[in-house]
Amino acid sequence: MQFGIFSVGDVTTDPTTGRTPTEGERIKAIMRIALKAEEVGLDVFATGEHHNPPFVPSSPTTMLGYVAAKTERLILSTATTLITTNDPVKIAEDYAMLQHLADGRVDLMMGRGNTGPVYPWFGQDIRQGIPLAIENYALLRRLWREDVVDWEGRFRTPLQGFTSTPRPLDGVPPFVWHGSIRSPEIAEQAAYYGDGFFANNIFWPKEHFMRLIDLYRRRYAHYGHGTPEQAIVGLGGQVFMRKNSQDAIREFRPYFDNAPVYGHGPSLEEFMAETPLTVGSPQQVIDRTLEFREYFGDYQRQLFLMDHAGLPLKTVLEQLDILGEEVVPVLRKEFAIGRPAEVPDAPTHASLVAARDAKNPKEVNA
Amino acid sequence: MKLAVVTAGLTQPSSTRLLADRLAQAVGERLGGAAETTVVELRDLATDIAGNFVTGFPNARLREAIDAVTGADGLIAVTPVFTASYSGLFKSFFDVLDPEALTGKPVLIGATGGTARHSLVLDHAMRPLFAYLRAVVVPTAVYAASEDWGGGGDAFTDGLSDRIARAGAELAALMRPGRHSPNGKQTEEVVPFEEYLASIRPPS
Repeated sequence: MQFGIFSVGDVTTDPTTGRTPTEGERIKAIMRIALKAEEVGLDVFATGEHHNPPFVPSSPTTMLGYVAAKTERLILSTATTLITTNDPVKIAEDYAMLQHLADGRVDLMMGRGNTGPVYPWFGQDIRQGIPLAIENYALLRRLWREDVVDWEGRFRTPLQGFTSTPRPLDGVPPFVWHGSIRSPEIAEQAAYYGDGFFANNIFWPKEHFMRLIDLYRRRYAHYGHGTPEQAIVGLGGQVFMRKNSQDAIREFRPYFDNAPVYGHGPSLEEFMAETPLTVGSPQQVIDRTLEFREYFGDYQRQLFLMDHAGLPLKTVLEQLDILGEEVVPVLRKEFAIGRPAEVPDAPTHASLVAARDAKNPKEVNA
Repeated sequence: MKLAVVTAGLTQPSSTRLLADRLAQAVGERLGGAAETTVVELRDLATDIAGNFVTGFPNARLREAIDAVTGADGLIAVTPVFTASYSGLFKSFFDVLDPEALTGKPVLIGATGGTARHSLVLDHAMRPLFAYLRAVVVPTAVYAASEDWGGGGDAFTDGLSDRIARAGAELAALMRPGRHSPNGKQTEEVVPFEEYLASIRPPS
């Protein structure tokens, strides 16, 4: 099982000091956080993609390219890549390039973004959100899998004899996850292609995500990719930890109370009871995270949101130390117990190359 | 038979709650005591409703109230008149419901105010709200001004008790057990992905 972190990339005022980091400080902080993820033994760093303040990560492959050059093992991913408003031709090229630079340590997560106005900023129509996600992704798959593509669709100019460069590393496209908060269409899309499905599992009660994941698992099996239990599921989660849970709650409360999304609403205690947010001791985070498997089944990837709501860099790095030293090693052990042998790990570049070669043994010698 | 009562009165005791109870009693009598009545006092849920706006989901307490309302066979909804309309709290509760959750549900509307001059709130604000939600609003809506609690009818209008009895009978006549699915929505059907792909194929 893979463990990592995902960053929304918000620039938020620290409510305890009133200080707002500059965009430059925040961008460098996110990079520092990504490098720290590898230092503390995590497997994955994923960045969001946003095109409006207060968010900074508008150019994910630039950021991930930087991280790739400074890391050895970390898998670089997104949360999420806007499949609706990015030209699929550019996604195909950018992430194939990143694959080469990172020696295959790349996958990505498709999503539709959280901002309606982003559609017209990129010349698209929000009313076409789902059709854009479907058409653009269908084209993206072909661009990665066919050297020469003739294509015609509804939303962009036709392609004739087009070759997207560079070709994917070893001829194997990056693994794709699909993230969705509320759309069964996207769960269906992930199931159809045998791709992964990611439920962000923050900000809403778990029942909400259980319905989507259940649908995805059933349809994954329907399309013949394996049993429902073999579907590739990723989950988010949000935690804040200190040795003593009361210290964690005291320190995190001002960030919670003023946070974008849920701030100025319910109390921290109520939100913890209603959603997967866990603020407490490392053991409480371990216990709560292990419960996820009871609700969602054995899964492949757990990403935590750690650098949200104006938390200072120093605090986030301390949190990553706790996560890497005290939480994830225990989770690795505990999640392995009773995990059925037929439940696969999350696909990696190496496993996808091996699977391809197993299917086409002739190509190995070619 | 399940009857839900939503009341947005803020004081205790509240004339809005009093009207709601009288209406519920009238419905109950018509149903021969077969009504299982749940009263939702929006005052008690005020912060939960506000929380729903902030977080995008109802907490457990609010979910219980929403389930009671959407799962009922009939609904009585009563609000005080605030600034020429239903109260903000009343509207907020219906704002956090799924827009289809009350489709086809028989609803009896009522309102209270200090003066009878506001009584058209029922027809100019309440009826359109429930029309949008595709609920079936019974013909008699009941407005209780302060003076109604003490007086009878006049040459043009029945007294409050008569109007309550008539409205209660109308709602009771429309209520059928289990006619409405619990959350107003059918089970989610999966649209096969091929259909999505077909729908985006350019015309050939």
